Amino acid sequence: MKKYKKHSLLLLVIVMFILPLLLDIYWLDVLTLVLFYVVLTQGLNIVVGYTGLLDLGYAAFFAVGAYTTAILMTTFHWSFWLTLPVAAIFAAVAGIIVGTPTLRLRSDYLAIVTLGFGEIVRILAINLDITGSASGIYGIPRPTIGSYVLSSQQDFYYLILIVAILSVLVVYRLGHSRIGRAWVYIREDEDAAEAMGINRIRLKLLSYATGAVIGSLAGSIFAVKMSAIAPLSFSFLQSVMILLAVVLGGLGSIPGVVIGAALVIVLPEVLRGAEDWRYLIFGVALVIMMIFRPQGILPKKYETEDRSDPEEETNDKNHSISV
Amino acid sequence: MSILTVKNLKLQFGGLLAVNDLSFTVEKNTISSIIGPNGAGKTSVFNMITGFYRPTSGEIELDGTSLINNKPSQITKLGMARTFQNLRLFPNLSALDNVKSGMHCRTKEAVWGALFHTKSQKEEERLIDEVAQECIDFVGVRKYMKRSAKNLPYGAQRYLEIARALATKPKILLLDEPAAGLNFEEKQYLIQLIRRIRDEFQITVLMIEHDMGLIKEISEHITVIDYGCKIAEGTPDEVLKNEKVIEAYLGKEDVI
Repeated sequence: MKKYKKHSLLLLVIVMFILPLLLDIYWLDVLTLVLFYVVLTQGLNIVVGYTGLLDLGYAAFFAVGAYTTAILMTTFHWSFWLTLPVAAIFAAVAGIIVGTPTLRLRSDYLAIVTLGFGEIVRILAINLDITGSASGIYGIPRPTIGSYVLSSQQDFYYLILIVAILSVLVVYRLGHSRIGRAWVYIREDEDAAEAMGINRIRLKLLSYATGAVIGSLAGSIFAVKMSAIAPLSFSFLQSVMILLAVVLGGLGSIPGVVIGAALVIVLPEVLRGAEDWRYLIFGVALVIMMIFRPQGILPKKYETEDRSDPEEETNDKNHSISV
Repeated sequence: MSILTVKNLKLQFGGLLAVNDLSFTVEKNTISSIIGPNGAGKTSVFNMITGFYRPTSGEIELDGTSLINNKPSQITKLGMARTFQNLRLFPNLSALDNVKSGMHCRTKEAVWGALFHTKSQKEEERLIDEVAQECIDFVGVRKYMKRSAKNLPYGAQRYLEIARALATKPKILLLDEPAAGLNFEEKQYLIQLIRRIRDEFQITVLMIEHDMGLIKEISEHITVIDYGCKIAEGTPDEVLKNEKVIEAYLGKEDVI
């Protein structure tokens, strides 16, 4: 069973690598956007899915990555690859800045503060000179590997594909570690987690920072792919769409969230034929979906075996509950 | 030798004095109880000892180390584990994953180890799994190991919470009404379990309980609290004969 799973995953990755050879430029672009969303949703999955902290301003970290790379490459003429660690550090710091005042807040209050943070970042980008105010930053150079310049649609598709695979791997491995479990304990019952010796403050901040770093990575690549960025790309709506993909796919579930990301991007494209009606249809589809499957498309399973009643198989006398 | 010392503990919520000048000690390797009528302040005392409430004044020492101003997680690391009056399991997680949480403060692998699956990380994960399974076996809920905690029978949830606390490898275990909601047979099993915890692991047990039968059977020392003050202490026989205790539970006989 596990082997079968591994093989199908490998097949999916191979298909993803071959796909650009078969698709026209339009669908390749859609697919690239899906992969950006895969990275973003995996990052948000850590914060919302694992740790259970509702974040309505996640696009801010996407913006931190994009603007850091853009500014360093245009104003300071850095190499793209060197901007990545700097963007990651800035994003981690931003994650801790938004995390610290919200440590004592839960659910709706937390959502409002993160929403505010998202707006602050966007409004800063509109008003600061260094971020090119409302028109943004343009003429961001193309990244190079040796003497090869990444410039075609395919190049960026492969770049984001690799980052998407890496981010899935990172989120998977963290999820199956001591740290990932601690995040889930906090989501399940914060006080009980603290009573079990889990420092909730440190782990919540780590969750924000890790989520932010992954989001910033998507932002950095976004900046060089588009070669121009503007505050419009980092609006509240963007945060909502990322969150929507996570909830739609299934909070905390890695494959679910990947499917969520694909749906949120592809569905409106498929519905293009319906013209003005497409967002209405999209919205109705979401509402129906949430009514009939509120746990998401592929919800995370925590029970590792079926719930056939184990009472029947009780034979060991030493460990039986009833005396 | 005493393992836990509480001195002149006071807790005030605005004008309400929940705990007033309370002092008691818990001897090493004993099974002790705190009893008292509803609202006497027992759980408040537990919450102060485990760091969830900050006492207005007073001193709490575990094995000579002051616990005042420590976070609950730090206190757990120092060797104190607890269960909750109303079960506080991680409802959606498997029983095994619930118990693994106890090992968090006894292990140290961070992001790096998780990302690169280092040798030490793998070993640590194996250790966490091993200890968690031992604790599950110890309380006897192995057959439910892979089920979500919320789907376990009530009694098994109570034992699972104890297993989770044991996984923190405590010196002292605080049980907040462990027998609440258990039937007669389950209570008998709980009594054995508490004895085994003390005898096999040399863990001191301090509990809050309402079930007098259970308390009489296993407590070696009882502290009685009423309106946040200590009104009596001693062996079960001494305490249950004490007039003040009878008065606190049954009221005073009116002389007309």
